[in-house]
Amino acid sequence: MSWFKRNENENEIETTSEKNVRTEGLWTKCDSCNQTIWKADLESNLNVCPKCGKHFKLSAKARIDSLLEPGYRLIDTDLRSTDPLNFTDLKPYKARLKKAQRDTGMNDAILTALGNLGPHAIVLSAMEYAFIGGSMGAVVGETISRAADHSLETRHPLVIIATSGGARMMEGIVSLMQLPKISARLALMDDAKVPYISVLTDPTFGGVTASFAMLGDLNVAEPDALIGFAGPRVIEQTIRQKLPEGFQRSEFLLEHGMLDAVVPRRELKQYLIRALDFMQPGSVALHPVGQNSAGSS
Amino acid sequence: MMAENSADNRTETPAETLSVAWQKTELARHPKRPYPMEFIQSLFTDFSEIHGDRSFADDLAMACGMARFHDEPVMVIANVKGRTTKEKVARNFGMPNPEGYRKALRAMKFAEKFGRPVFTFIDLIGANPGLGAEERGQAEAIARNLREMARLRVPILATITGEGGSGGALALAVADRVLMLENAVYSVISPEACASIMWRDASKRALAAEALRTNSESVLRLGCVDAIVPEPQGGAQNDPELAIKFLDEALQQHLSELKKLATDELVRCRILKFRNMARFFTEG
Ligand SMILES: [Zn+2]
Repeated sequence: MSWFKRNENENEIETTSEKNVRTEGLWTKCDSCNQTIWKADLESNLNVCPKCGKHFKLSAKARIDSLLEPGYRLIDTDLRSTDPLNFTDLKPYKARLKKAQRDTGMNDAILTALGNLGPHAIVLSAMEYAFIGGSMGAVVGETISRAADHSLETRHPLVIIATSGGARMMEGIVSLMQLPKISARLALMDDAKVPYISVLTDPTFGGVTASFAMLGDLNVAEPDALIGFAGPRVIEQTIRQKLPEGFQRSEFLLEHGMLDAVVPRRELKQYLIRALDFMQPGSVALHPVGQNSAGSS
Repeated sequence: MMAENSADNRTETPAETLSVAWQKTELARHPKRPYPMEFIQSLFTDFSEIHGDRSFADDLAMACGMARFHDEPVMVIANVKGRTTKEKVARNFGMPNPEGYRKALRAMKFAEKFGRPVFTFIDLIGANPGLGAEERGQAEAIARNLREMARLRVPILATITGEGGSGGALALAVADRVLMLENAVYSVISPEACASIMWRDASKRALAAEALRTNSESVLRLGCVDAIVPEPQGGAQNDPELAIKFLDEALQQHLSELKKLATDELVRCRILKFRNMARFFTEG
């Protein structure tokens, strides 16, 4: 259920979100189009290559900043795992947690914010891949459940930006039980007709795809994101053949009917606003295609 | 360390023979252990299988059917492994595809419509990891089952009889009562896969099995299942009839408890149970 990439050189789960971008001071080389880009250009373009449109990873905080109007409030940021299994592999899980906390400045792989997306007050949760591969343990499960509870109480729509290797295996069965915990909240939201939109980004796998990431009223993904249940290496080993080009990419999922849309990062905010206009009967705001909403200054 | 990653992961090493956690894993996978369909054949009468997901195919790794439990009409759902090599291949070693999970959900909704309790039996290493499974939305199928089972308006009793392999098992186990046979295991990942990721060496499977705490006692202590069903001395394979008798008694008891609840209360309690489960964090 979990799928992590490992760094070849050290006994460490790959956590650097910048790995795909080779940095040389102020300039960087895109590993997709091989062109040299000014780093400031890349950052101001939400980590999308201005030359070829390749979507690099974006931190949870930057995601929230890119969608919500200024003045949003972060909630539930101080939950920490208690390492329920006292898990050790080559390194204690506690040490991995400490390192991830130091590297990211976050307590776990998720941030939730309350704020305004254009004219819509929403609850927004964004996952952080740099925190142990965005894996989902008890803290992520609880934080997302609280986000859903908040949506249920206020009837404010829920948007979750997923990026995850899957369930956090260092929390064993405890991590698995976060799937039904969240899915049951989403059943209540569905019953109550409170909107929920899932945004899948590169990569989203395992227990995250197999729970909340596929349960949106709308499931949309960023271009070329790797999305699946089983990791590509596991599948390759099982079927003993090379996987086809583009397998498990957003466009592949769209073609197979698994996504509502593939939405480029710079268009995501307008897409979400229009979708929420549709899903909220009380909403009267009109946001025609091509017109920027009032709040997206 | 990498050199130890030999091709021969099948034979048990002396260290594995001494590992309690590994021995438990082996026992859950014992080739003579009764499989879900064997429990079903003894626990229920008048089993009439219903086939197909009405969309793509009939998954032979999953069986659903109407049956009677002590005369009461019920829905029975289980994954199917097969005993002979030929049958194992036909049943995909008990690993369901999306159409299997969709068939199971269809069976559950059918049971809900006519107010019949649902029994599921689980013994699988996981949902099928494959090209077609991904193309047809394995993740979506599992996710949907989790959400729909959470709010199904009839009692659901799930029993993990052997291996409870991750999301593939969970997609049949969002239940009012989740029971584990004494020698069953329930885990987020197989010890072999965990070892090859975290130790980068699949032969460290015994260490992974220990670290993951997959045995019934640990899973119950962590509050992730509701009860353990005892097995005959040495395991269910030693006396399948007695194992079936123990399970029969447990299922009767739990079903009678659940039938006392009004439907709204039943669903409320189920959702609340999962909300309060597996909360291992500090705050502040
Ligand atoms: Zn580029």
